[in-house]
Amino acid sequence: MADKDVLIDIFTRADLIMQSDIKFRKMIGAGQLQIVYYPVRGQEVVSSAMMAAINQEDYLVTIYRGLHDQLAKGIPSKDLWAEFAGKMAGTCKGKGGPMHITHPETGVMVTTGIVGSGIPIANGLGLASQLDKDGKVTVCCFGDGATNIGAFHEGLNMAQVWKLPVIFLCQNNLYSEHTPMAYATSSETIKQRGDGLGMRSVRVNGNDASEMYAAAKEAVEYARAGNGPTLIEAMTFRFHGHLLGDTGHYIPEAEMEQALKDDPMPILRQQLLDIQVSEADIAAIEAKNKETIDEAAQFALDAPYPPGDEYRIDVLDVEIAA
Amino acid sequence: MSDAPKEIMFAQACNMAMAKAMADDPKVILMGEDIADDQGGGVFKVTAGLSAQFGTDRVRSTPISEQAIVGAAVGSALVGYKPVAEIMLMNFITVAMDQIVNHAAKLRFMSGGQTSVPLTIRTTTGAGTGLGGQHSDMLEAWLAHVPGLKVVAASNPADAYGLLYSSIMDPNPVIFIENTPTYFTKGPAPAPDHVVPLGVASVPREGSDISLITYSRGVGACHAVAEKLAGEGISCEVVDLRTIAPFDEETVLKSVAKTKAAVVVHEAVKNFGTGAEISSRIHEELFSELKAPVGRVGSGYAPVPFSPAIEKAWMFSEDDIEREIRKILG
Repeated sequence: MADKDVLIDIFTRADLIMQSDIKFRKMIGAGQLQIVYYPVRGQEVVSSAMMAAINQEDYLVTIYRGLHDQLAKGIPSKDLWAEFAGKMAGTCKGKGGPMHITHPETGVMVTTGIVGSGIPIANGLGLASQLDKDGKVTVCCFGDGATNIGAFHEGLNMAQVWKLPVIFLCQNNLYSEHTPMAYATSSETIKQRGDGLGMRSVRVNGNDASEMYAAAKEAVEYARAGNGPTLIEAMTFRFHGHLLGDTGHYIPEAEMEQALKDDPMPILRQQLLDIQVSEADIAAIEAKNKETIDEAAQFALDAPYPPGDEYRIDVLDVEIAA
Repeated sequence: MSDAPKEIMFAQACNMAMAKAMADDPKVILMGEDIADDQGGGVFKVTAGLSAQFGTDRVRSTPISEQAIVGAAVGSALVGYKPVAEIMLMNFITVAMDQIVNHAAKLRFMSGGQTSVPLTIRTTTGAGTGLGGQHSDMLEAWLAHVPGLKVVAASNPADAYGLLYSSIMDPNPVIFIENTPTYFTKGPAPAPDHVVPLGVASVPREGSDISLITYSRGVGACHAVAEKLAGEGISCEVVDLRTIAPFDEETVLKSVAKTKAAVVVHEAVKNFGTGAEISSRIHEELFSELKAPVGRVGSGYAPVPFSPAIEKAWMFSEDDIEREIRKILG
């Protein structure tokens, strides 16, 4: 099992994600936010354990279902919530939105809405680190569905050929949008695909904080030592539909029941109690996260929208004429 | 240098521009299929000698993986590099369109200006050499339509040198289109410090009766027609856009305001080509002053044909340009 401090760190991040996801769904449901939202409930521990194993200056490339990765990497909640709400105070001045979060201060370089497209870009970040010898690693998150698109195969091949310091984190939630992995993916595991490309590849229970953290740590050390990339297939589950409003009717009831029984959040919480973290200490973490989120949500609601003219800025390096 | 050649080829000019950029800025790196010397220095030898000079860390051959090539360029550009990705032939750009259109072009905007993508994609193309439908398309209109991309096409070696250097140093993503059939055509050599700013057209031939607005290989064709018609007393002005997007409206409108007639000429398929945009802008600004509607010359509405007999009939030609000029000038 991972150290006590590490588990507390992972729990702190994961709880922030879980509470944020719940709050987003509540506010969207209440009509307070009008956005397309891709829920992350169920996948909190995978990213929290991964990001606990890297530093703020390491890079992250993620996807439209990325709230968990972005929070775990450390983007301040206020900035993130304001961007989700399309406000000027958001990470991207409201011009990116939930599917296109960027926050270089915390290493979040790209969030893409195109399945698989982050993979080739992560290689470029890794290439820069390799050339600069800056010791940074790049974590590239994607789902099992992304391993069926060409960019995955081109990208992993190039990363392995050039031995780039990139960790390809496949968060395998068993569904690509509405389609089960067994239907659309020819190989039994994603790890096999990494093996086939000659890449160091592992398959772990991503919902187990200690197992996931150990795999992450090992991949990070391997990359920092100049040995090249790792593909981590982290098994997890998505407790809600592809996007908010999708009931997930295509997920068999028994499968969902089992997944909910295996919910990583209460398990991790219990693990903390088991290693003598007090109920009061855990409750304090939860209360602090709640406070952070409530404050961020209110900030996002109150913050002003960007001026309409903002569309002429940042297209090129110079402002576009009206 | 007294022994410097007075004339160089287009391909050499590109090579020299990259060498200068790499010498000037250690963040300039090159990536592409077969571009390092061990793999031949590029299929057209445009990068020959550069890996020997700057090392294979900075001049690296890649797998045949256009998405991965452009993606690696995008990623490294996000964190301070000025990558030059070679996409061997322009048709292969279609394989990397997601990286170009959804990422290179948009990341500055979608990040609210926190990041930028100062990459250059060099690519070559051009019909007339029997390569058929998938190795010689001119696809500049596709790219010019995307906000956030600059599109550049030089017509002679000196401009190629000055424009490619500017493209590499530009803070925006630039598509630099080279012309395969004229790669080995010579032109006056540029001075080593010759730079051509992006977004600025040139007027290589002044005239008073009609403006021929063109770029890339169209410039040579327009010069030939202008020369021929000069014998009949028809005075053509040739405007070389050099940068297709954003194009130099000021120079174009100034020229047409003077001649009051214009033909836009390009090798690309005429339908929905860049000529439509340029023609439309002229009409919007100068409609009431024109002697006749702006004409357009481009290639036919078909894939590039293989057989030389069909390819010649399909392709834009000096005859087409001459016919269009005579139609407009009545």
